[in-house]
Order: sequence, then C-alpha cells, then structure tokens
Amino acid sequence: MATSVLDHAPATHAKAPTGIWSWITTVDHKRIGILYGATAFLFFLIGGLEALFMRIQLMKPDNHFVSAEMFNALFTMHGTTMIFLGVMPLSAMFFNYFIPLQIGARDVAFPRLNAFSYWVFLLGGLFINFSWLINAAPNTGWFGYANLTENQYSPGINTDFWVLGLQILGVASIAAAINFFVTIVNLRAPGMKMLRMPMFTWMSFITQILLLLAFPVITIALVFLMMDRHFGTHFFLPEGGGDPVLWQHLFWIFGHPEVYILILPAFGIVSEVLPVFSRKPLFGYTAMVFSGAFIAFLGFGVWSHHMFSTGMGPFADSFFALSTMLIAVPTGVKIFNWIGTLWGGSLQMKTPLYFAVGMVAMFIVGGLSGVMHSSPPADLQQTDTYFVVAHFHYVLFGGSIFGLTAGAYYWFPKMFGRMLDETIGKVHFWLMFIGFNVTFFPMHFLGLNGMPRRVYTYPAELNFEFWNRIQTWGSLLLGFSMLVFIYNIWKAARKPADAPADPWRGATLEWLIPSPPQEFNFGTVPPVGSSTPAWDLRRANGGPLPEPKPESGAGIHMPRPSYWPAVTAIGVLGVIGSILFTHAFHQWYFITITGAAILIYGIYRWAFEPAF
Amino acid sequence: METSTGTLRRLARHVPAVCLLLLLGCAENYPQTTLHPRGDFAHLVDGLFRTTVFWALIVFVLVEGVLVYAILKFRGRPDDPEPRQTHGSTLLEVAWTIVPAFILAAIAVPTVKTIFKTSDYATGDVVQIEVIGHQWWWEFRYTELGVVTANEMHVPVGKTVNLRMTTYDVLHSFWVPQFAGKRDVFPGRHNPLWFKAEVTGTFSGACAEFCGEQHARMMFRVVSQTQEEFDAWIAAQRVGSPLVNGGRIAAADSTVPADTTRPAAPDSLQQAGLALFNSAGCIGCHSMVGAATAGVVRMTGPNLSHVGSRGTIVAGFLPNTPENLAKWLSNPDSVKSGTLMKLPRKLTDAEIATLVAYLRSHQ
Repeated sequence: MATSVLDHAPATHAKAPTGIWSWITTVDHKRIGILYGATAFLFFLIGGLEALFMRIQLMKPDNHFVSAEMFNALFTMHGTTMIFLGVMPLSAMFFNYFIPLQIGARDVAFPRLNAFSYWVFLLGGLFINFSWLINAAPNTGWFGYANLTENQYSPGINTDFWVLGLQILGVASIAAAINFFVTIVNLRAPGMKMLRMPMFTWMSFITQILLLLAFPVITIALVFLMMDRHFGTHFFLPEGGGDPVLWQHLFWIFGHPEVYILILPAFGIVSEVLPVFSRKPLFGYTAMVFSGAFIAFLGFGVWSHHMFSTGMGPFADSFFALSTMLIAVPTGVKIFNWIGTLWGGSLQMKTPLYFAVGMVAMFIVGGLSGVMHSSPPADLQQTDTYFVVAHFHYVLFGGSIFGLTAGAYYWFPKMFGRMLDETIGKVHFWLMFIGFNVTFFPMHFLGLNGMPRRVYTYPAELNFEFWNRIQTWGSLLLGFSMLVFIYNIWKAARKPADAPADPWRGATLEWLIPSPPQEFNFGTVPPVGSSTPAWDLRRANGGPLPEPKPESGAGIHMPRPSYWPAVTAIGVLGVIGSILFTHAFHQWYFITITGAAILIYGIYRWAFEPAF
Repeated sequence: METSTGTLRRLARHVPAVCLLLLLGCAENYPQTTLHPRGDFAHLVDGLFRTTVFWALIVFVLVEGVLVYAILKFRGRPDDPEPRQTHGSTLLEVAWTIVPAFILAAIAVPTVKTIFKTSDYATGDVVQIEVIGHQWWWEFRYTELGVVTANEMHVPVGKTVNLRMTTYDVLHSFWVPQFAGKRDVFPGRHNPLWFKAEVTGTFSGACAEFCGEQHARMMFRVVSQTQEEFDAWIAAQRVGSPLVNGGRIAAADSTVPADTTRPAAPDSLQQAGLALFNSAGCIGCHSMVGAATAGVVRMTGPNLSHVGSRGTIVAGFLPNTPENLAKWLSNPDSVKSGTLMKLPRKLTDAEIATLVAYLRSHQ
C-alpha cells in the first residue's frame, strides 16, 4: 500500500533541475521544506529584531527610543511573527523534509497541495509585514482582544492586516495539516505500524490533528471580527448585544492547542536526538506516544486558564485549574523519559545533543512556572505581568527554538550534504543558552514585583530599571548568538558537500540514503521491523553500513512541476486581502472578483493538469 | 549520629525557604510588588503562591540535578561499546506518573479552597466603590458616600472595600498588587473584587490588560488611611460632588462631618481660571465643582473636583505640581501621545497659569 500511487506514473527527471523557475514550480517535498525553512528563518530574524527594539526601549524608564504606537506594533508583530511566521513554518520545514523520509515515502500524499501551502504561507507573511512599509502595522496584540480590535477603538487598517493575514496563513496551515495527516496515515513503508513510527513523525502527526481541530476555531473568530469591522455585525460589541468575552473563548480554544502545535514538533525532535546521541532507544516509547496524545487531547480542555482574571466564577475557575494541573502529568512523563533515555547511555557530546538537553532543561523551568499559574488565585497576581512573559519564553524559546535548533544541527547534513562546524555549534549553544537565561530569567522577578506586560515604558520609581537593563544586554547576546549560527551555515555552504549518509549513527530511515537524498528518496524502501530500522540493519550487518550509492531512479516516476499552486495562492491572497480596501476604496469588490477569478482558474488548471 | 541527621533534616527543611528568601530578597524595594502583601486578598493569594513555589523549587532542584548528573556521568566516546539497550521500565514510569499527581493534588486542594473564597463580592460592613475603566484613566465612585474621583482611591485601613467594576470603553484590568490580585473589567458587565488594607500608606496600581496606545500610562494610587482621615477626605470630596445634591454645594449634610476644607475666597487668577474653564471647552468633558457641569455624573474625562488634593495627575504618571499641570495643559499629546484629552485650542501661557491656579485651589 505504502509506495503504490507514485510508482505507476509515467515520467522522471534524470537530474534535479536548477534555477529560480524550478523552485517556483517545485512539488518536491524536500525543496518545499527548504523554501519553508529559508522563509521562516528570515521572518524569525525579523521577529527577533522587533524584540531587540522592544528591549532597547525598555532598557531605562521613560525611554523614547520608540513611540507608544510603535512599541505596541512591535510586540504585536513580534508575537504574530514568531508564532505564525517563525516557529510554525520552521516546524513545517521539518515536517516537509523529514516526514516522508522517516516513513519511507517518495513524497507527501498531495505534492501540489504542499506547494500551495508554502505559497499561501509566503504571501500571507508578506501581506502582514507589508503593513510596516505603509506605517500601518497591527498594534492590538497577537491575541487581538475585542472590543479594542473593533472599528470604534482601532479605526485604522492596522488590525485588518492582522485579521486578514492570519486568515490567509490559516488556509496554508489547514491545507498542510490535511496533507501530512494523509501522508502519515497512508504512505508508511511496509512494516511500519503506527507504533513503529519515529517519535518525530508521531509528534508531527499529533500536531496535524491539533492544527485541523484548532484552526477552524480561529478562522470563525476572525470571520466574526472581520464582519464586525467591515459589514456592520456586532459579535463582540456589547452595545449591539455581542460579547467581547466570546472572542476570548474562541481565541483561546484555538490559542491553547496552538501552544502544543508549537512545542510538540520540538518534543519530537528531541525524542529523535536524545536516543541517537545516547546510543540507546527512547526510554518508554509507548508512554511517549500516549503522553503526547494525552497532552494534545487535554490541550482542548484548558483554554480558560488564559482567562482566570476575567471573573468566570468559581466552578469554571476550578475546572480549568484542575485540567491545567492534570496536563503537567503527561508533560512530566515526557521529561522523565528523556532523562531515562540519557541515563546509562554512551553520550556523544555533539551540538544536537547540547541543544536537545538545553531544551529539556529549559522546558522544565517553563513547565514549573506553568504549574504556578495554573492556580487561578495565584494567577491573578501573575497573569499579564512579565512573569507570564518569562514562562512562555521558557517553553517557546527554551522549548521550541532550542528543540528546532537541535533539529537544525541534527538534520543539516542530511538536507545539504554538509556538516555544520562542531566548535562553532557549541559556541552558538553556550551564547544562546546564556543570552536566553539572562534575557528571560529576570522577567520572573520583574513580573512578581509588579511589572505589567505590554507597557512601552515604566516610571523610575517602580524600580524596574535594574533587571530591564540586564535583560536588554542578555537579548543582545541572544541576538549575537544568531549571527554565530548564520556564520556556521555560511561556512558550511562554502565547504564541499561531503557529508556521509549517516554522520550520527541514526536510527531512522532517512539515514539510510545519501545526503542530500535524491529526488525520489528511496530506490527501494528497506523493511521496517521496529521503531529503529537503521539500527536493526546495522546490527544485522555486524557494524556500520556501507555508504549508500546514488541510484539511477530508472522506472521511478515523480510528480511533474507545476506553477498552478502558486497561481492559486495568489488568488487566495486577492480574495482575502481585498477586504482591506472596503473602507478606503468603493470598488474594492473588483479586487475580490479578480482574486476569485484567479483562484478558480488556478484550481481548474490544477485539477486538469496531469500530475505526472 | 542521631543529632547530626536531625540537624541535617532540620537544615534541609529550610532549603526551600532560603531559596525563596533569595528570590524575594529585594521585593521591599518594589512599590508594586506582589511579594509583600498588605491586604487580606493578597495574603490569600500569596499563601498559595508560596505553596506552588515550594513544590516547584523541590521539583526543579531534583529534576535538573538528575539531568545534569546524567550528562556528566554518562559521557561516552565514539568508539565505546554499545550501552545496554533498555526500552523502558514500567515501575519507574508508573512512579513518575503518580508522584507528580500527588504533588499537584497538594496544590489543587488549597487552590480550589482559595478560588471559592475570592470569587464573589464581599459582604457585611464594607465600603462600596464602583470602579470604571476609561482609556486611559480610572474613575472611582463611592456611591453610598457620594464621592466621584479619579486615579486615586482612598480606603480606610482595616475595613473591607468592595469593588464593583466595569468599563465605559475597552477592556482593562484593575490591579493593586499589594492589596489584591487583578480583575478584568468588561463593558456592560460588573466584576467583583475586594480587599482590606492592613496598613496605612500610598500604594501603586496599574491597568494590567492591554487597552490601546497608552496602556502603560493608566496607573493609579490607593491611599490607605485611618478611619478619621478617610472620613475627613470623604467630607471634603463630597463638596460639590455630582452624586450629592446634583453637584450643588450642600449647606449641611448630617452623614458626614462638617466641611472644613472649603477653599478660601478665590483670588482673581483663580476666577479667571474658572471663567476659562467654563468658556474654553473644558466643561465639555470634565465635571467640576462650581462649574457648569458640577452635577453631571457621566462625562468623558475625569471629574476634576478637588483635583488639587490628588497626589498625581495624568493617571498616576506625573506628581501633581503646578509645573507638571502647566506642562500637561500646554500640550497633552506631547506628555501622553494619543490621549483623548484634546485642547479646544492652543492655550497661552497666561491662560494656563490661570487654569493651574484654579485647579490647584480645588483641594
């Protein structure tokens, strides 16, 4: 069943094509993965710069480095960028590149849909960031609480960029989630039962389910808000019978699973890296699978812990407090199993292991502060202060970014055939680790000592200056560590592509094929009898496997390149983005109609284009 | 042996407390800290916080300790033999599922108890205050005592104040960390909060829910004073309050002590200020004793009656000095960009001087 569809089609390319057109028309999951990674990394750097500007502004009391409006735009765009344009698509890079490789597939189930997801993501990201150029960047927070986001209080198009941009990005996320879900369910290699899947694929699989269930909720919420802003409804306007609290419920029913969408792929990466560099299997594989699934399931039952200060009443507060505390149990199981994996191993102290262990160490801190504000009365002092900022940076930076960076060092040789430098990698780790902690740990103190979030400045008499200064220096160090990373990539790019197929003694299928893999991935898919098939083969061989030779690929038929996904993506941008002009431009619907025409024509040509 | 183990155990008991002290050490220096509660609500929260910190520190030290130990202990070389291939341990995995559950239960029980203590309005002998959030300032109405004021709440020490809170525009969150946790306010709804100040003094508060451009400058003060001082303050603030007698100054009011703080006869500068206040457009937004809007309860801007008695102006941002008032009146937008305080026209320095004298005279 697994390799069936793609084998029977009639065309192939002897050599991978080059040039920009080949990237625009590509449907190869590996190239799309690289596109995702490069784009997301650029957005990630932009989001980081936004953070640095905020840190400079907060360095001293009553500072005037940026204006209040600029600061509000910076934190709105920093949050939006890091979540939707940084961490999610960086995870998508690994989904794209490694899910098919890890399950022994030739591509994803719907290669052109995959390209479409990327182009929609790119256009959505450019759309939101275009607002900077016309001085209309969103400034009402990444959470967009109604009724501040309604016309009356935010009359500019700033908020429209945010509402419509997220809507566009949602299209990309849902399309990609369907694609990976179907890929994992249908295209696994023979013998790879669900409970033999690599842990990264498992956590990615759970992430896709979360995406599929959570994104429709934010879609609806954004449609409501768009209707309020542009078409005279009042879903969130109390004067019209609406309720701003409804927005909060809808937003967080999406928003809390979103947190797991951001962290579960990193959990998966760490669960790959720790066993490989400990040279022993993941401790408690089954418990890891089910704890991940349990976290995802509970993730839909805890959203109101973001709303303890709204006065929901004692029963709702108690329910959401207990469900939130409960989620600490499977999370604890993961952490203990990671330590169990390291325990008794033969630790190979390479850069990916540094970042993976760093992730575990930092996530513990974020998890514990999370338990601290799972208690609603205690949270009344912590929510909307820097304590919470500290908490979620420990889980999203200390967790997700450290995990993704571990993945970058781990898989870079597979993706580009070149090793990243180990010494620079360790310098990168220590700078990032120290910079991260100096930036974010003092935020615990500041929050508990009364510094609210989202303030563009603070008065001197509240004594917040000392820690803010230290944090700003820490953030500059953190920013510098990114330059070290970029230097490492630049240095690797200038070296010959001579990385072996399996530089780390990997356990999963991707390490059995050349680095980088050929377009068709596997000439023949090896048998899978456990969750560590590469180790099985190695053991059967009594030592290292011979370096795999490039295969001719004769008789293997890969899908044809197509530019219709990109055209269709432009149609999506036109239809959704045109709403931006309803206030300014009376003939706005001509843009909508043009966009719809492009969209429909793109889908039509796509549908009737031969896939192979 | 016996004693040394006992000593060790006693010392070990203090480890979390010592860590906590290090964490909280400098809290005294922070006027807006949550770590030095001065009210009963804040004490309830603080007790819970300390319980969670206690457990969090224990777990932190143990788990990070084991992690670091494992990293140091199990380092291998590339050519080392394959370590023992363990796949898991049911006993261990069950243990580290159950033990955290017990720790969480130790947090959950006091949590739920405290939730039920802190969710509703206070009852009994309380001072009733309506709190209304505005972009970007706070309005306080003592409905039963007949006082309307802004950005400076006075409370009697040792007596529970019961807050009934709402907003006239976007969401805000009322937060005086040393007295109580924060609570959000919503248009068209009322949310409860209460606290009893344990000491006298002036305490910092802030808006804690992002509410637009000047969220950062939506601060306020809570002045906790003795019952006598509080009664005197109420009596002074009642003079010309829109909630009393339609804003007309009452000759005698039996519920409060006699008014002893009525300003001396206004001088000519203050009279010019009053005339300007009435003619230049200030009354479009502000209630003011003695002005045309004295009796209007709901206005766009803060009630300025007795503004001279407040410690700060511009929502807790600037000390209430003649210089700051003049600075504010000469160009509000340069002091607080985006403020809804709009001057109808540019005022001359001479005009500002009259307004400052007039406003300052209203103690």
